[in-house]
Amino acid sequence: MHNSEEFKIPIGPQHPSLKEPVSFSVALKGEKIMGVGIRLGYNHRGIEKACEERTYIQDIYLVERTCGICSHSHATCFAQGVEDIAGIEVPIRARYLRTLVGELERIHSHLLWLGVAGHEIGFDTLLMYSWRDREVVMDILAMLTGNRVNYGINTLGGVRRDINAKQIKEVLKAVDALEERTKYYIEIASQETTVIKRLSGVGVLSKEDAVRLGAVGPTARASGVERDIRRDDPYAAYAEIKFDVITDNHNDVYGRTVVRLKELMECYKIIRQVLSNLPEGPVSVKVPRKIPAGETLSRYEAPRGEDVHYIKANGTEKPERVKIRAPTLANIQAVKRMLEDRYLADMPIVIAAIDPCFSCTDRLISLERLESKKKEIMPWVNLHAYSIEWHRKRGVDFTKLNKKWLRYFKS
Amino acid sequence: MAREENIVQELNSKFSFLEGKIRIQRQRRIFLEVELAHFKELFEYALKNMKFSLLSAMTGLDEGVNLGCIYHLASDDGVTLNIKATFPKENPQIQTITGYFPAAEIYERELIDLFGIEVQGLGPGNRYPLTDDWPKDEFPLRKDWKAKGGQDA
Repeated sequence: MHNSEEFKIPIGPQHPSLKEPVSFSVALKGEKIMGVGIRLGYNHRGIEKACEERTYIQDIYLVERTCGICSHSHATCFAQGVEDIAGIEVPIRARYLRTLVGELERIHSHLLWLGVAGHEIGFDTLLMYSWRDREVVMDILAMLTGNRVNYGINTLGGVRRDINAKQIKEVLKAVDALEERTKYYIEIASQETTVIKRLSGVGVLSKEDAVRLGAVGPTARASGVERDIRRDDPYAAYAEIKFDVITDNHNDVYGRTVVRLKELMECYKIIRQVLSNLPEGPVSVKVPRKIPAGETLSRYEAPRGEDVHYIKANGTEKPERVKIRAPTLANIQAVKRMLEDRYLADMPIVIAAIDPCFSCTDRLISLERLESKKKEIMPWVNLHAYSIEWHRKRGVDFTKLNKKWLRYFKS
Repeated sequence: MAREENIVQELNSKFSFLEGKIRIQRQRRIFLEVELAHFKELFEYALKNMKFSLLSAMTGLDEGVNLGCIYHLASDDGVTLNIKATFPKENPQIQTITGYFPAAEIYERELIDLFGIEVQGLGPGNRYPLTDDWPKDEFPLRKDWKAKGGQDA
C-alpha cells in the first residue's frame, strides 16, 4: 500500500450468498479508511410487489425466501401478522413449535457466523469445526421440517408438521452435544490471547452510536444496548419462557463474538423449556382464504436482529401491501461508522461481524489511484490474505493455534 | 393495555387534531393518522417526550389519489407507534427525518425509488434499491404499475 496517496476502492457488488448484495466504495489514505459509501439493491427481486399479486398462502413461501438463513424468521413474522389481522388464535402447541424451529435456526445461523468470523481472521480450524458442529443442527432441522433451509413449517393458523416423542429425544440429544461444544468455544473466546488480541478494539461502535444509528440484534447488544424483540415485544411462545438477553460492553467485534456465543447457550435453554413444557393439542387451525380488511406491524427477533413486516389487508385473498424490513438494512449505517478511521486489513472481519453471510464468492477489489485513475485489481482472496499477513507481522498469528486445535480434536 | 391507553390519552390531550384518529390495534400496537402539516410537531413530541427512540421501518402506501407513508416508531418496552401521513399523488413531498434517525436514509431512498415520493432535505447519495438506468417515471410499488415480464417487454 502506498502511504501518501489516496485511493478509492469499490468492493462488491456481487455477494450472492447475502440476501442483499452490497457495494462498498472505500476512500483510503495509506492503510486508513477515510470514508465508506454503500450501494445496496443489487438483488432487489420485487418481493413486496409480488406479494400483492399472490394469495396469503403463496406469500408465506415467497417471504420465506427473502433470506436463505433467516427463512423461518420471515415466514413466522408474516404468518403471525396475517393471523393478527384475521383475529385467528393460533394453537399453543403451534406457537411452541414455531419457537423451537426459530431457536434451531438461530443456532445454525450463529454457528455459521462463528465459522465465517474464524476464517476472516485466519483461524480456519475454527471454521472447520464450527461448521462441522452446525451439521448437527441442520440434520435436526431436516428431520423436523423436511428441509435444511426454507423449512416450510409455517402455515396460516399454525405449523404444518407435529413433533413426536422420538424426534424430541433426538433434538435433546443434539442440544446436549452442541452445548458441550459451545462451552468450549466460549472458553476459547475468553482465554485464547490470539483471538482476544485480534478481535478487540476492531470495528468499534459505541453505545451512543448504536442507539443513534438504530443498530439491531447482536450488533446492538454487543454495544450494551439491551434490546431483544423476544423479550420486549413477545411473540410465539416467548412470553412463557425464561431466558436472558445477552449484552456486552466491549463495543467491538470481540463483543459481537461473545454475545453470539452466549446467545447459543440461551438457545439451548429455550429449546429445553419448549420441549419439556410442550402443550398437547392441535398444531393448526383453519384460516379463511379471504382476510378481513385491517393492518398490523409484526416484529420478530431474527438471528441478526429485529425483522419487521407491515401487512395491510383489504378483505380479499391477496394483501393490499406487504412491507419487509430485514435486520441488515437497519445495521448498514452502523457498519459505516465501524469502518471509519480504521485499517483496511480489518474490513473483512468488521463487515463479517454484522452479517454472517459474508461468504467465499469471488469478489474483486479494484484499486483506483485518485490522481491518475490507473486501476489495479485486488481479488477478495488477496485482500483476505493481506489482512491475515498484516496482522501476522504485528504479532497476531493463528498458525500455532490452528495446529493446537487440530491436536485437540484428534485426541 | 393501560400503557397503550395512557399513550393515546396523552396524545389526545396534547394534540386536538388527533381526535378520533388514534386506534389501538392490539396490545403494543398503536396506529394513528396525521396530516402532513402537523406531522413534525407530533413526531418530535413522540421522540422527545414519549421515548419512542427506535425507528423500526418506514412503509410507503398507494391509496389511489393519495400516497402515504407510515413511520413505525418503537419504544424499549415493545410498544410501536405507527404514524401515517398522507399527501396527494400529484405533489408527493415529505421532509427527511435523517436529522432524527440517520438510518432513515435508506428507507427514504426506497420511498423515492419505489413510490416516486420526493424527500426534501435528503443529502446526495446512491439510489436504492433500483438500478441506475431505471426509467425516471416508473414507480413499481404504485398500484398502476404492472410488471412487464420478459426481456423484450
